[in-house]
Amino acid sequence: MMQGSENIVRKAVKTYGRSRENLLPILQMVRREHNYLSEDQLRDIAKEMDLSSADVYGVASFYSFMDMQPKGKNIIRICKTITCFMKGKDSIVGAIEETLGIKMGDTTPDRKFSLLEANCIGWCHKGPAMLINDKVYTELTAEKAVQALEEYM
Amino acid sequence: MSANDLKMINVMIDGQPVSIPENTTILDAAKMLSINIPTLCHHEDLCVAGNCRVCMVEVKGSRTLQASCATPVAENMEIYTNSRLVRTARKHVIELLLSEHRGDCLRCYRNGTCELQALANEYRIDQGVFLDLHKADQVDISSPAIQKDDSKCIRCQRCVRACTELQAVSALCVAHKGADMKITTFWDKALAYVVCTNCGQCVTHCPTGALTERNYVEDVWDAIYDPSKHVVVQTAPAIRVSIGEEVGMEPGQRVTHKLVTALRRLGFDSVLDTDFTADLTIIEEGHELIHRLTKALRDKEDVSLPMITSCSPGWIKYVEHEFSDHLDHLSTCKSPQQMFGPLAKTYYAEKIGVDPKDMIVVSIMPCTAKKFEAVRPEMMASGLRDVDYVLTTRELGLMLRQAGINFQNLEDGEYDSILGKSTGAGAIFGATGGVMEAALRTAYEVVTGKEIPFDNLRVTPVRGLEGVKEASLKIEGTLNKYNFLEGAELRVAIGHGLANARKIMKQLESGESPYHFIEIMACPGGCIGGGGQPIPTTNEIRMKRTTAIYDEDEKMQLRKSHENPEIKTIYEDFLEKPLGHKSHELLHTTYVKREKN
Amino acid sequence: MVMTREEKLARINAHQDRVNLIFEQINYLDLMAKVMKLDNETMMQYIKESGLKGRGGAGFPTYLKWNLAAKQNSDMKYVICNADEGEPGTFKDRKILEEQSNKVFTGMAICAKIIGASEGYIYLRGEYNYLVPLLTTKMNDFNQDMKNLGLDFSLYLRSGSGAYICGEETALIESMEGKRGEARNKPPYPVVEGYLGKPTVINNVETLVYCAMIVLNEGGKFKTFGTEISAGSKVFSVSGDADVEGIYELELGMTIQEFVDLFGDGDTKAVQVGGASGFCVPRKNFKETIIGFEGVPTGGSMMLFNSTRSMYHILMNYLEFMEEESCGQCTPCRVGCQQLVKGIQAIKHKKRPATYLDELVKLAKSMRVASKCGLGQSVANPFISIVENFREEIIY
Repeated sequence: MMQGSENIVRKAVKTYGRSRENLLPILQMVRREHNYLSEDQLRDIAKEMDLSSADVYGVASFYSFMDMQPKGKNIIRICKTITCFMKGKDSIVGAIEETLGIKMGDTTPDRKFSLLEANCIGWCHKGPAMLINDKVYTELTAEKAVQALEEYM
Repeated sequence: MSANDLKMINVMIDGQPVSIPENTTILDAAKMLSINIPTLCHHEDLCVAGNCRVCMVEVKGSRTLQASCATPVAENMEIYTNSRLVRTARKHVIELLLSEHRGDCLRCYRNGTCELQALANEYRIDQGVFLDLHKADQVDISSPAIQKDDSKCIRCQRCVRACTELQAVSALCVAHKGADMKITTFWDKALAYVVCTNCGQCVTHCPTGALTERNYVEDVWDAIYDPSKHVVVQTAPAIRVSIGEEVGMEPGQRVTHKLVTALRRLGFDSVLDTDFTADLTIIEEGHELIHRLTKALRDKEDVSLPMITSCSPGWIKYVEHEFSDHLDHLSTCKSPQQMFGPLAKTYYAEKIGVDPKDMIVVSIMPCTAKKFEAVRPEMMASGLRDVDYVLTTRELGLMLRQAGINFQNLEDGEYDSILGKSTGAGAIFGATGGVMEAALRTAYEVVTGKEIPFDNLRVTPVRGLEGVKEASLKIEGTLNKYNFLEGAELRVAIGHGLANARKIMKQLESGESPYHFIEIMACPGGCIGGGGQPIPTTNEIRMKRTTAIYDEDEKMQLRKSHENPEIKTIYEDFLEKPLGHKSHELLHTTYVKREKN
Repeated sequence: MVMTREEKLARINAHQDRVNLIFEQINYLDLMAKVMKLDNETMMQYIKESGLKGRGGAGFPTYLKWNLAAKQNSDMKYVICNADEGEPGTFKDRKILEEQSNKVFTGMAICAKIIGASEGYIYLRGEYNYLVPLLTTKMNDFNQDMKNLGLDFSLYLRSGSGAYICGEETALIESMEGKRGEARNKPPYPVVEGYLGKPTVINNVETLVYCAMIVLNEGGKFKTFGTEISAGSKVFSVSGDADVEGIYELELGMTIQEFVDLFGDGDTKAVQVGGASGFCVPRKNFKETIIGFEGVPTGGSMMLFNSTRSMYHILMNYLEFMEEESCGQCTPCRVGCQQLVKGIQAIKHKKRPATYLDELVKLAKSMRVASKCGLGQSVANPFISIVENFREEIIY
């Protein structure tokens, strides 16, 4: 049982309400605590909302941003659309992989960063682009990408 | 609303003009014209899905094909069920499904009954056009009752809908998306580790071999071949009106006596009847109910009412998970299957001079959850595993076919004594409301000394396929001993399908349950609609099997459990009295709190 | 013939100044005061005569949608702004929300008044979470403004969580109801049975702004732009091998050649109109292809590719996107996308002969008519247009 998992779940259900249509905002709020959703949290949400755990799991697993494996404090999502690729997305990925010492899809051992790919994030005219948590970084070069990371080190 | 009030819509199907009532789907409209549009994700028990896309038809003016199961007719619609466009698209859909499916037909349990196989056959698909996509998933055999093979899943979601809509269990779900989309459980856990009740409704609704029961046919053959073993078989009430479907007969045929002969031919040493222990359950449970009512009404003591039946193991696991604070409402009686086991290995074994260690008890059940029930740790009252193997009606069908038995031509046979005689009350256990009716037939007579006042013992208020049935019975003219019940109105409820069980339990949980006695069966229709029954099971077929069960009851000489002479004997000889010491040792049980969700 | 970048920009800006509907600064409070005084039939007439069609990509006539919703009898109705802009190459709604959110809200309020809705939702894709603080503030202010004006209409924000399919209107509704974003069977249509089973109008961000501007201008110049079938102007998001990239409002009805002359880098070999679910137009067809509903429609995404680009790589990028984003419920899309992805790879790596491509084209055509929703139905668009126009690049 995750430390305090029941508390964030209760808080989320209290904030949004128990009826089914509030499931997504509740999942989003709980996820923001530790940047991912744990098995216990999903079970607690199901209990609070009188839903089955399987049902909640089915919903959470649908959405790409509802990671259910432990993630770092900062999630980097690099756009892999063709236009970002054309502008040099692969070299950005390479630079970040080298700086953090991990491969695409992994989390750093100190749990500071996770590196993921994402589909079009809506900055195609200023690619390559990436998100770190909710913040957008565009017109990236290898240097700018690594510099952006330093904010979070 | 009469048929005259329904607005009629004029449509054209395959060039034929026809008038169809408003709100009819194209699929149903076509049926009225004797056109069978093929389907896969459609099932009349379940809500419309419209995801397999097999049932597509061409509708003039529409850019895309329409799913006929999900599209209502509209005025002047021109529909083509078999145009070139439809056939090409449908063939592609079937080929796509086959590419996602591990086609192992020769070794598959559903070889010959698989709906995907039937479609592939119709469209003469003999070669894989597309690339093989199936993932070599591990087969989940964690549950003693149900087997899940994801490599055969065509993602029609019938199992998820059955588990959610019919059963309100929701152990199965759809997870992930895109190419990763699959049918799974919470956190992809094996079935044994989630709230699955083993009811098997997913199995009877699955069109392929993705979900089947755990198969113990080979183990039973081994036991039969072993000369050192005395193999006893017990048959559930529902089998005698269903096994015919496994050997080519129409649904609703009563084949009790042919069943007995067939079982002897298969090589079982003793052919006995679960209906006997059904009668026994009534005696024990009837007295338990009277005991609780006495405590409540005469002694004014705190006692758990309503009392709820406990013979459906799917229901038991459900209540252990979802309403674990209310287990005291359950009757402590074991199910007839599990009462039979200990009696076979003690009382019966002694009578026929067989060492219990050499006795194998096999039960034939319309149920998958009974496979789980038999291996519950506490089910060892005899000192040995009380019931060794549970076979579904389907598995028995397999054995009959393997033995080359020409079932329909068999002569009639009779059950063995002493756990073989039964009454009509035992037989009706197979239908929803049957346990309640059997219990009332006995309890009323115990309390008043008179027969229950229903014409020909047809307690009609408790019969039928309505989800939750209610009835009340005024008790008049009690024996002195029970004068505290004089004028009391016994209120009862019957629920079948776990979604209805949930309704009843929610009411109980809120403290507003007005009943004294509740019967709950996990499966829609009761055991005749069980997870181990022949596939398909539709409401029409449920009704036919139900009618047969009540016929069986009416054709029997004895119709009340307490009239069963073998029941009288077993109490005189062995058990002493209902709820006595011996009964508690062998015939009563306890329950376990399980995790919710 | 070939313009410099500066010349192109000058032309584009001149065009924009002439059109300038979406990004024009207006006083939305004045407009709402006017709306409160106008009767609904009059406003509907403006929308009808404008010929406005949905700007999200599907192009459904806005007047028809609002009219159907208005006719329904229901205690509750909803207006939803579809801000789930996820089509690759589309990034114009983001700018509209950032700079003109009050006009979006006004469009929603006009719809609400006409159809009788008391609640409005903005479904904002998760990738635009950075806009939430700004939008929340503006929405709270707007809600107060509506109270002051006496209009029973409140706005709420809902966030997506990374699912392209939630841009499909019924999948969006499912997501808002706390479920997987799986498309529904239609009928019933959302205007009859939508969010929580009630009549719901779902419109794209851009469409709502046009509604506000059309009511403001009592019709006005909108109808003077575009063509008969593609009335008005539209916001385009231009990216790829382009001298001028960015977000521009232009008249509908241009030919691709005209577009490429304005935006391309001089070596444009193909234009992908409408993103991963759109059509790839090769150079030889530039002159006769119209950007609009009578030719190749788009939600705004315009991706330009020059002769250095591999069409195989581009096709694979689109197909893998569709395969990943499919909700997975229906057979043609879930399995079809996988077959197309693996099939193209197999041909490239000589595991299947070139003729297998014809089988895949047939499959794509079936997917177009058999899939349950627009995602599966439109995979054939990029697939067939790229495979038929650039066959050698796919095979060799």
